[in-house]
Amino acid sequence: MPLALRVVQSLSEAAGILAADSRTTLLSGGTLVMRDVNEGRLTDGTLLRVTDPAWQQIQVSGTRIELGAGATMAAILAQRELGFLHAAARAVGGPAIRNMATIGGNLFAAAPYGDFAVALLALDAQVMVLAGYGSPRAVPIEEFLAGRSRGEARLVASVQFNRPVAPGDFRFLKVSRVKPKGLSVLSIATHLPGHASRIGQARVAYGAMGPLPVRARGVERALEGKALDANGIAAARAAALEGVQPVTDAIASDWYRREVLPVHLGRLLANQS
Amino acid sequence: MAKVPVQFRLNGSDRAAFADPADSLLTVLRRGLNDFGPKYGCGQGTCGTCSVLIDGGLRLACLTLAASCEGASIETVSGMADGPNLHPLQTAFMEHFAAQCGFCTPGMLTAAKALLDRNPNPSREDVIDAIAGNICRCTGYEPIIQAILAAARTLPAQRRS
Repeated sequence: MPLALRVVQSLSEAAGILAADSRTTLLSGGTLVMRDVNEGRLTDGTLLRVTDPAWQQIQVSGTRIELGAGATMAAILAQRELGFLHAAARAVGGPAIRNMATIGGNLFAAAPYGDFAVALLALDAQVMVLAGYGSPRAVPIEEFLAGRSRGEARLVASVQFNRPVAPGDFRFLKVSRVKPKGLSVLSIATHLPGHASRIGQARVAYGAMGPLPVRARGVERALEGKALDANGIAAARAAALEGVQPVTDAIASDWYRREVLPVHLGRLLANQS
Repeated sequence: MAKVPVQFRLNGSDRAAFADPADSLLTVLRRGLNDFGPKYGCGQGTCGTCSVLIDGGLRLACLTLAASCEGASIETVSGMADGPNLHPLQTAFMEHFAAQCGFCTPGMLTAAKALLDRNPNPSREDVIDAIAGNICRCTGYEPIIQAILAAARTLPAQRRS
């Protein structure tokens, strides 16, 4: 039976449908789902579209930021107040893909895609999840990603996080062999409050260094309480590979990713990337 | 499976088609409306040869659900020329030998038009970024970049006239 299409207005209704029917696939920007359709990996069940405009809203007020899961990378790039996220949004595809690819979709993108999710992981984002009819529930992004790997069917309404306090607290780097657009050899996001004097609550996340975006907990520990000087960076580099399980794909081998990760981490921390 | 009716403006004309529910816009354009300008390349969003403008924004027709285009205004490479008069980008592509096999050309022209529509005076870096989602395996890109920059120099003069 070929694919059917269902269009609903509200996020709540969509979440109810997804919870009730495991053969329903949510279609957001289309860059992942339509590829599966084109390649014959998705041939039956129902495609579900949500037209709720709230799904695409971006709210930047005070220190808290909320990105609707249906907001595109281009919408992020159009917001000057989200300048600290522009490098991560620009890391996703070319201009056409950025006009289509959404925040929510990126949370489901398998390595070496999903670079924006790496940024959200370093920002300690809360993923607002609808697991059926009702109100969204806040799920820490790390827990959300672990649930994604178990195939839990949930609808992401939005992501929320605090704006980094000082310029330079948040940094993002995508390493690719082809520029300006290429798949990730790896990506790194760092959120290091107090980096000029004493780092507190360090968050460092990697993309393409495992099947999911991962926290670099060794690096976080190495940087905690330190300044981002030569000693701090050396300690971070020494801990760079702790807990990583890089993927081997057509872009790079796991060996290559391990070799270059400390180098790029050091450059990002030194602001030389 | 019941077909889904889809209506939109295509290169300035109202068009309607019946599509399968999961049909891409590219399928409807090529099979339903005989617009063979946008090409089917990779079907993955990698090559860019299916690029179209939807309500002025660059999109990949192969990854766009046709049913989501209801009421939209769609521009393809087929509508770039004004009758026998080529668009300045098309002329520049010819003059700078920016097409060889030609398979990427519809996407390159559309991506370039999207750039010049919002930025009539792009830098070389702007051009490179604008065509970053479009793969060419013949030209090495340089003639394409030069053609777009040349077209940009032509366009403002035409707009003033």
